Amino acid sequence: MQEHDMSWVRTEMALAQPAPAGERGLYAWVRKNLIATPSDTILTILGIVIVAWILPQAINWAFINAQWTGPDRSVCATVAQGGIQPDGWTGACWAFVNAKFGQFMFGTYPIEERWRPILVAILFVAVLVPMLIPRVPRKGLNAILLFLVLPVVAFFLLVGGVFGLQHVETARWGGLLVTLSLSFVGIAVSLPLGTVLAMGRRSKMPIVKMLCVIFIETVRGIPLITVLFFVSVMLPLFLPAGVSFDKFLRALIGVSLFAAAYMAEVVRGGLQAIPKGQYEGADSLGLGYWQKMGLIVLPQALKLVIPGIVNTFIGMFKDTSLVLIISMFDLLGVVKQNFADANWATPQTAKSGLVFAAFVFWLFCFGMSRYSMFTERRLDTSYRK
Amino acid sequence: MASQEILRGEPSRGSFINDPRVRSLFFQVLVVLLLVGSLYWIVNNVIDNLRRLHIASGFQFLGSRAGFDISDTPIAYTSDSTYGRALVVGLLNTIIVAVAGVITATIIGFVVGIGRLSQNWLIRKICTVYVEIFRNIPPLLVIFFWYSGVLAVLPPPRESIHLPFGSFLNQRGFYFPRTVWGEGNWLILVALVLAIAMAWFVAYRARQRQMVSGQRFPVFWTSVALIVGLPLLAFLLSGMPLTFDFPKQSTFNLTGGFQIKPEFLSLYMALSCYTAAFIAEIVRAGIKGVSKGQSEAAGALGLRSGPILRLVVIPQAMRIVIPPLTSQYLNLTKNSSLAIAIGYPDLTATAGTVLNQTGQAVEGVFIMMIAYLVLSLVTSFVMNIVNARMALVER
Repeated sequence: MQEHDMSWVRTEMALAQPAPAGERGLYAWVRKNLIATPSDTILTILGIVIVAWILPQAINWAFINAQWTGPDRSVCATVAQGGIQPDGWTGACWAFVNAKFGQFMFGTYPIEERWRPILVAILFVAVLVPMLIPRVPRKGLNAILLFLVLPVVAFFLLVGGVFGLQHVETARWGGLLVTLSLSFVGIAVSLPLGTVLAMGRRSKMPIVKMLCVIFIETVRGIPLITVLFFVSVMLPLFLPAGVSFDKFLRALIGVSLFAAAYMAEVVRGGLQAIPKGQYEGADSLGLGYWQKMGLIVLPQALKLVIPGIVNTFIGMFKDTSLVLIISMFDLLGVVKQNFADANWATPQTAKSGLVFAAFVFWLFCFGMSRYSMFTERRLDTSYRK
Repeated sequence: MASQEILRGEPSRGSFINDPRVRSLFFQVLVVLLLVGSLYWIVNNVIDNLRRLHIASGFQFLGSRAGFDISDTPIAYTSDSTYGRALVVGLLNTIIVAVAGVITATIIGFVVGIGRLSQNWLIRKICTVYVEIFRNIPPLLVIFFWYSGVLAVLPPPRESIHLPFGSFLNQRGFYFPRTVWGEGNWLILVALVLAIAMAWFVAYRARQRQMVSGQRFPVFWTSVALIVGLPLLAFLLSGMPLTFDFPKQSTFNLTGGFQIKPEFLSLYMALSCYTAAFIAEIVRAGIKGVSKGQSEAAGALGLRSGPILRLVVIPQAMRIVIPPLTSQYLNLTKNSSLAIAIGYPDLTATAGTVLNQTGQAVEGVFIMMIAYLVLSLVTSFVMNIVNARMALVER
C-alpha cells in the first residue's frame, strides 16, 4: 500500500481572478465578434461599407434635410420643380404627412364628429391595457367589456344615428380607423370561428369533418384578393334582389373568413399536440364534448399555439391593407389616394407618405410580436430545459 | 346465471337521446339539411339576379373578343384575341413573377438566415434589422414603395442612368441588350442538354464509386466544366451565331433591347424582399433545430467547418426547413395577386378586367379560384417530392 505523507486539503477557496487581459475589454469583444477569422474581417468590412452607405443617407433624408411643416408642395420641391429648395435636394416631406394627418387617421370622417373615433380609441386603450397586463385582476369582466360591451358602444358611437348623434355612413370612414376596426373585428371573429373549424376538422362526424376540410383548404389555397372579390362581387348575387350589404361589412366578412381558415390550422396544431390521455381523462370524468373541450383541451391547446395565433393576427393586420383593391380606404389606401393631390405632388411625397404608413404598421406588428413573446415566456409551464 | 347474462348483453344506455351515435347522426343530418337549404336559396337568388341583370351564365364568353390591351404579354396577344387567351396571358404572368420571386427570395432568405447565426456581430445585427423591418410591414406597402417611391422617381428616358453592359435604367423600366441568335443556335442547345445529362451521369457514377470504394470525385467542378464548356465549344464551332441588340437612346425614348417594365420590377423586388424575411426566419430555426452534438461529433471525426455545414448540418436542417418553406412559396404565389394594385397584368388583374367587362362574376371568380388552387397544388406536389427525398430514411 502506498502512503502519502504529504497531504494537503484546501480549506479556503482561492480568490476569483479577473479574466485574462486578452479576454476582456473592448478589444477582446471586437476580436471575438468582428475580426475572429480573415473571412470574418472581410464580412465586417462589407458590413461597415453597407451601413456607412445606407445610414447617413437615411438619417439625412429622414431628419436633417426633412421638411417638417409647410403650407403646400413648395417646401418639398426644388427650384426646378417649382419649389423653394436648392437643386439636388432630397429629404422627407413630413409637411405632407403633417397636413394630411387627420385624413390618415380618420379618412373623410366629418371633422366636427372626429371626437367620436377618438373617444372610441381612448375607451379601447382603457379596456385593452388592463387586459394585457397580467397582474391586473378581474380578467373575466375585462374580457366581457372588451369583446362584448366595447364593440356595441363603438358601433353606436362610430355609426351614429341614435341618441342625437349624426349618422356617418361607412363610406366616409378611412385611414387608421378602418385598419384598426377591420383588424379588431377580424380578430374577434376569426379566433372563435377558427377554433370551431379546427374542432370540426378533428370531429368524428364524417360530414362535418369533410365540410370543414373543404372550407379551410379552399380558403387557404386562394389569395385574399380573390376572397375579397368573391365577397364584393358574389355576395350581392347570393342575396335576394333589393337586399344589399354595406361595403365595409362585406370587407369584414371577407377578412374574417380568410383569417378564420388560417386560425383553424393553427389551432388544429395545438389540438393535435395535446396527448390522448387528456381527452381520455376528461371522458373518464364523465365530461361531455363541450365541457371536455372548453375545460380541459382548449385551454392547453390554445396556450401552446399563442405564437401562431399572434402571427395570424399580425398577418391579418397587414392584410387589411388589401381592402384598397375593392376601393375602400384604410391607412395605406388613404396615403396612396393623397399622392394624387396636386397641391402636394413632389418626387418626395410618395416616399414620405409610404415611410410614415410603414412606420405605423411596423409599430403595431412589432408590438404584437413582442407581446406574444412575453406571454409565451409567462405561460410556459413546461419543464423543458 | 342471470347476472352474467345481463353483463354479457348490451349495456343499458338509458334514453336514446344520450346515445352518441344517434346524436352524431342527428347533427350530421341537421348540417346537411342546413347546407342544402342555404345552397338552394343561394342558387335560386343567383339565377334570379342573373336573369334580372340579363347575364347569360356559362363559359361561352371565353371565346369572344377581349377588346382590351395587356402591357406584358409573354405569348402573342392583341386586343382582338379572345377572353380565354387574355386569361392565359394573365396566368403566365403570375407564373413568371412567382417563379422569379421564389428563386430570388430563397437566395436572399438563405443568406440573411445564415447571416443571423453568424459569429460576426455586425452581420448578425444587419440581418436582424432586415428581417424585423420586412416582417412587420404589409407586402402591398413594399410594392408601393418600390413602385411610387423608388422606380417612379427615376430620371425620364432622356436622362437614363447608364449601367454596365449597355443597359439603362429609367422611369419606364430596366433596359438591357437583347440576344439575337443566328444560324446554328440549335447546336448550342443540344450541347447544353447533352452537358446536363453527362453531368448527371458523372454525379451518379461518382456516388456509386464512393459507396463502393470510399474514393471521392470532384463532381461539382466536373459538372461546371461540362455545363459551361460544352455549349461554349458548340458556340465556337458553329461560328459564334450571337449578336446583341443594344438599347439606343433617342430623343424621347429608348429603342431596341429588352425592356423590363417598372410594374414587373417593383412586384418582383417587393415579393422577393418580403418573402425573404420569412424564409430567413425559417432557415434560422432550421439550423438551430439541428442539435449541437451533430456538429461537434462531425468536428471530432476531423471534418472542417465548411464540410460540417455542407454535409452534416444543412442536410438535417433542410428536413425542418422544407415544409414551412413550401408554405412561404405558396404565400408568395398568392401575394403576387397584389399586382393588381400597380397594374401588372397577372391572373387576378386580367380576370378582374374580364369580369368587369362581361359581368360574368360567378365564372370569373370560379376561374380565379381554380387557377390558384391548381398552382398551389402543383407547388405542394413538387415540394413534397423534394421533401420525400430529404426526409429521414429510418431503417
